Amino acid sequence: MKKTGAEILVESMKQEGVDTIFGFPGGAVLMIYDTLLKYSEEIRHILVRHEQGAVHAADGYARSSGKVGVCLVTSGPGATNTVTGIATAYMDSVPLVIFTGQVPTMLIGNDAFQEADIVGITRPCTKHNYLVKDVQDLALTIKQAFHLARTGRPGPVLVDLPKDVVADSAEFSYPSKIKMRSYNPTYQGHAGQIKRAVKLIAKAQKPLIYAGGGVILSNASKELTALAQKFSFPVTTTLMGLGCFPGTSPLFLGMVGMHGTFQANMAITHCDLLIAIGARFDDRVTGKVDTFSPHSKKIHIDIDPTSISKNVQVDIPIVGDAKNVLKAMLKFFEEEPAQDWPKVHADWLKQIAEWERSSPLTYKSGPCIKPQLVIQKIHEITNELTKGDVIITTEVGQNQMWTAQFFTFTKPRTLITSGGLGTMGYGFPAAIGAQVAFPDKTIIDIAGDGSFQMNIQELATAVQYNLPVKVAILNNHCLGMVRQWQQLFCAQRYSQTVFEVVPDFVKLAEAYGAVGLRASKPEEVEPVIREALGIRRPVVMDFVVDREECVSPMVPSGAALTEMLLI
Amino acid sequence: MQHVISVLVENEPGVLSRVSGLFSGRGFNIESLNVAETLDPTISRMTLVTRGNDQIIEQIIKQLNKLVNVIKVVDLTGSEYVDREMAMIKVSAEAATRAEVLRIVDIFRGQVVDVSPKSYTLEITGNDKKIQAVIDLLAPFGIGEIVRTGRVAIARAKREGSDSGGKRGKEPEE
Repeated sequence: MKKTGAEILVESMKQEGVDTIFGFPGGAVLMIYDTLLKYSEEIRHILVRHEQGAVHAADGYARSSGKVGVCLVTSGPGATNTVTGIATAYMDSVPLVIFTGQVPTMLIGNDAFQEADIVGITRPCTKHNYLVKDVQDLALTIKQAFHLARTGRPGPVLVDLPKDVVADSAEFSYPSKIKMRSYNPTYQGHAGQIKRAVKLIAKAQKPLIYAGGGVILSNASKELTALAQKFSFPVTTTLMGLGCFPGTSPLFLGMVGMHGTFQANMAITHCDLLIAIGARFDDRVTGKVDTFSPHSKKIHIDIDPTSISKNVQVDIPIVGDAKNVLKAMLKFFEEEPAQDWPKVHADWLKQIAEWERSSPLTYKSGPCIKPQLVIQKIHEITNELTKGDVIITTEVGQNQMWTAQFFTFTKPRTLITSGGLGTMGYGFPAAIGAQVAFPDKTIIDIAGDGSFQMNIQELATAVQYNLPVKVAILNNHCLGMVRQWQQLFCAQRYSQTVFEVVPDFVKLAEAYGAVGLRASKPEEVEPVIREALGIRRPVVMDFVVDREECVSPMVPSGAALTEMLLI
Repeated sequence: MQHVISVLVENEPGVLSRVSGLFSGRGFNIESLNVAETLDPTISRMTLVTRGNDQIIEQIIKQLNKLVNVIKVVDLTGSEYVDREMAMIKVSAEAATRAEVLRIVDIFRGQVVDVSPKSYTLEITGNDKKIQAVIDLLAPFGIGEIVRTGRVAIARAKREGSDSGGKRGKEPEE
C-alpha cells in the first residue's frame, strides 16, 4: 500500500523504536504534524518553546538513556535555530536525528520564504546529513540516518525534508538491514596492538588511566572499573568521563585538566604510562601540549581514528570500541605472570595520596552562600533521599566546573553537560529531555543566572508536561567564569560581565506556573533543597551566592598542567 | 612535504563541498583538486594535491576517511605513481614570433587547439615542471590567459611474470 512521505517518516521512526520526539511546528512541516496526530498514541511529541531547546532536550534524552534523540522542526529559522544544539551534540558525540522541513524542491535555491540551506549550514557540525529529493529514497535515508547516528562514534545526523517530498507518496517497506560501502566503523581492536599494550601495562611502575566520554558511550564502565580495581590503576577522567568510574573509589583522582584536581594534574604529569580510553586529548585537558605528560608512554583506545595522534603523539594506538578492547585486555592479562598489583603500585598510589593531602579541593566558608556548598548539599541530600539515583545536568561556566569538582558521580550517564562546545543554556532543556526519558528520577540542573536565562523559555515546556525538573541557580548576578578570567588576567576590569538587571527568578518561575524558592543565607540552603525535592513539579531554586568566588585550581589557558593557580 | 592523495567518493551532490569544507574548516591546504566520474558512474575520483608534515598528512587521510561519502583514500606519495596536468595557454603570436612559438610547442609535444591572427591557444600536458617550463619559455611572447586542470595521478600497475619480480612499471621515455 502506498503511504505519504509524512506517513513513511512516522512509520520509519516507529521501526527505529522512537517513542518520543521533541519539536516545534511550522509551514514546511504542516503535513508531518497533521500525520503525527494520527500516531499520538505511539509517538509522543514534546512541544518546546524554541528549536534550540528541542535539540538540547533530545540530546539530554539521548545522553541519559543511551537511545537516539529525535527532533522535528520547520524550515528556515526553525532549522537554523537547531544549529547550536547540533554542534553541541556533535562535539560530545551524542546520537541524534534531526528532521528539518524544507521548502518544496522546485523552490530550493530561489530564496523562498523560510528557506535556508540547512544541509550546507550543518555540514561541518553533523556526522552526516541528507536532503531527500524523492519520496522513494525516504525510508532508506531514515534507516541510514539512525544507523549513522548510533553506530561507530555516535553523532547528530540531519535529514532535510522538502514539503513536496513529504506530501508525495510511495510504497513503504522499511529496510531491515543496511550496508554502506563507505562506512564501516572498527569495533574490535587489533589483537597484536592490545597484546603490546598489555605487555607495556604489566611493566609500568606509575600507570594512570585517563578515561573520557567514550567509556560512557560504549557502556564500558564495568570493564574499566574491573581493570582499574584488579590492577590497582589510579583513574582520572575528563569532564565527559565523570561517572564512568565510581567517584567514591580510593583509586579515583577526580577530573584532570584546567580545573582538574591537583593530584590528577600532578599524576598525569609524572606517570610513566598513560592509558587513554575514549578521550581525545582536548586542550582543556592537556594544557600546553609540549609539557603534557612528558615522561609517559601512551596507549590510546578510541573508536575514531582521527582522535588518535591529533594533539598528542601516542605509542600504542588501538582503534576500536572501548568495551571490546577492555574486555580483550582483561583476557590477555590472564596470560601475563601474576603480580601483587597493589604492592607493585603502592609507592605510586602513596605519592598520589600525598598530592591530594597537600592540595585538596576546598573552599572557604563565609557569611554568604558559597556555590560549592550548594552543590555539596545537593549531593548529600540526593544521596540520602534517592540513594544516588539522580541525574545532574549543568549549564556552562563556574556552575559546571564546581559540579565536576564537588558532586561525586558514581554511575555513568548521571552527569549531562556540554563539554566540547561549552554551550550556555544547554543544561535546562537537557534536564527536560532526561526527565522525559526517566519520569520518576530526580533530575537537577545546576545552573548559573547567566546560562539559565539563555533557554529560560523552556520553563513553559516543563510546566506543560508536568516534568518535575529542579533548577538550582547559583546566582552571582554575573557571568562568573568570564568574570573570573577578567579578575585573574585583566586586572579585575569587569567588562560586560556584571548584570545590572537580573530577573526575580522566584516570581519568574511562578509566572510560568512552576515553583520558585530562594535561599540567601547558608543555613537556608538545605531547607530549600529538601523542600524542592519534595515537590512533584518543576522548581526553580534561586541561591544567592558569593559573587567573587573563583573556581580553583585553575591552569591558565595554554599553560602547563603543573602551573596551577590555587586561588 | 607535498602529497598527492587519491580519493574515491560516492558520486553524489554535496560531496565536493564536504571535502573542501573539511580542508578549509581544519586549516589544511589544497594546492589543486580534480574531480571526475570513474568507470563506475556511482563513484567519482578526486585527486588532491596538498602539503603538510607527517602528522598533518596523517590527519588529512584520517579525516577524509571519516567522511561518510568517502569510499577509499590512497596517499600516492611514497609509492610509485604517474601524474599529469593539462594546461591551455593563450599566447600572443604575431607574424614575427609565430614560428618560434610553434617550435616551442613542438619541443614540448603540445598541440595548437585554437588559432587567431594574433594568438595561439596551446594545449600542454605533463607534470608541473614541464608545464612551468613551457610557461617560462612562452612568457616573453605575452601570455593572455592560462587554465590548468590541476594534477591527476594514478598508481603504477604491477608488472607480473617479468624479471622485475612484480615491481611497478616504469615510465616510458618521453
